[in-house]
Amino acid sequence: MKTDITPPRWLLAELTYACPLQCPYCSNPLDYTLYKNELSTADWKRVLSQARKMGAVQLGFSGGEPLTRQDLTELVKHARELGYYSNLITSGYGLNEAKIAELKEAGLDHIQVSIQASTQELNDHLAGTASFEHKKQVAHLVKKHGYPMVLCVVIHRENIHQMPEILAMAEELGADYLELANTQYYGWAHVNRDLLLPTKEQFEKAEAIAQAFKEKVAGKMKIYYVVPDFYEDRPKACMNGWGTTFLTIAPDGVALPCHSARQLPGLDCPNVQDFSIEEIWQNSKAFNFFRGDEWMKEPCRSCDEKEKDFGGCHCQAYLLTGDMYNADPVCSKSPDHDVIQQAIASARTRALSNEEKPLIFRNSKNSRHYF
Amino acid sequence: MTINPDQPITFSSTHRLQWEEAQQKTVILYPEGMVELNQSSAEILKCCDGERKLADIISELEQKFATTGLGNDITAFLEVALKNGWIQQ
Repeated sequence: MKTDITPPRWLLAELTYACPLQCPYCSNPLDYTLYKNELSTADWKRVLSQARKMGAVQLGFSGGEPLTRQDLTELVKHARELGYYSNLITSGYGLNEAKIAELKEAGLDHIQVSIQASTQELNDHLAGTASFEHKKQVAHLVKKHGYPMVLCVVIHRENIHQMPEILAMAEELGADYLELANTQYYGWAHVNRDLLLPTKEQFEKAEAIAQAFKEKVAGKMKIYYVVPDFYEDRPKACMNGWGTTFLTIAPDGVALPCHSARQLPGLDCPNVQDFSIEEIWQNSKAFNFFRGDEWMKEPCRSCDEKEKDFGGCHCQAYLLTGDMYNADPVCSKSPDHDVIQQAIASARTRALSNEEKPLIFRNSKNSRHYF
Repeated sequence: MTINPDQPITFSSTHRLQWEEAQQKTVILYPEGMVELNQSSAEILKCCDGERKLADIISELEQKFATTGLGNDITAFLEVALKNGWIQQ
């Protein structure tokens, strides 16, 4: 039964897919250049109001690069008036001191700045743009203006060896929170997986260093560690349960139960230009699709952990087994668990070989290959 | 971490304490996170205004709820709050 629908708590507003950076692990869809029509300011304001009325309280302004939207300050102001806690998730590109002060004045609560690596050379290579020094400067200014400063570093094989230096950089910049996000292999990261997935030894070494650091800075800096699920025995709890907590609105107004769900077949994800948030959350096919456990196949259906992880990630099941109703293959109980072992072995072979193969960067030229 | 009885207690400037109508609860909001509070925890944190000290908070809440002997519970909660960065001294 699909009873007891809980209201959304978290609204992720993907304001735009436009981004000056080209990170090869970007979570935006491979064919992002197809979605050119962005919601208007009035549409976004209506979405924020409707979701807040239902109980959403955490709001992420994301993208792409949300700072490319000229109406960001206006949206932040509207969000503050509604009582949201608003988080700006940015590359830092386009942020200067005047803008940081303007956003604070408008009521922005927190700025999360991403840095790609601990050295300029690697950061600028991964970002596909010279941005390292500016990012560090932005981090200082975020602190200066009284925001909690969250530094986000996506971890993969190109930078995992820099873990000690990344931690030292976070300390030097005075981060209040450090998000160490092991790459999740969807979208662009899936395409580049052989080049990005670290070996088990690399993971274990980096994790031990991060763990020791966490204890050292306890009380001063909080560490969010996004686990590398390929090396786990059990899957992550998909979105805290499908349609229970999280609501993502894509730049073109499509409402998604998770930001990757756009790739799943047959969901008919609704658009906020056609329906209210309440109608979407309560009644749409997409948001009811994986609510409850009636959709489950074995081994999930009879599993005593199904209330804990909800069968894992449907996008991962679809991407790796071709069937979104399957258990997430990360689970060691999954009959498809072999695909994870093969992915690990394939990436390992690539890591040990000397053969050059370039990363595929996220940009409009490369996006056109995926239409 | 222990509470210094001689120093006033302030709610953190990088967190927000807010009543949520939809949840009928007071919550603490911080980057990408939220803690739901029960009524007594919320009452304690609302007293952390940068002027009151531990003894002031205890006597005020004992008076408000017409009871005595809240000292240990309030102190224990404030120590948790300090450890989590919700309050400062």
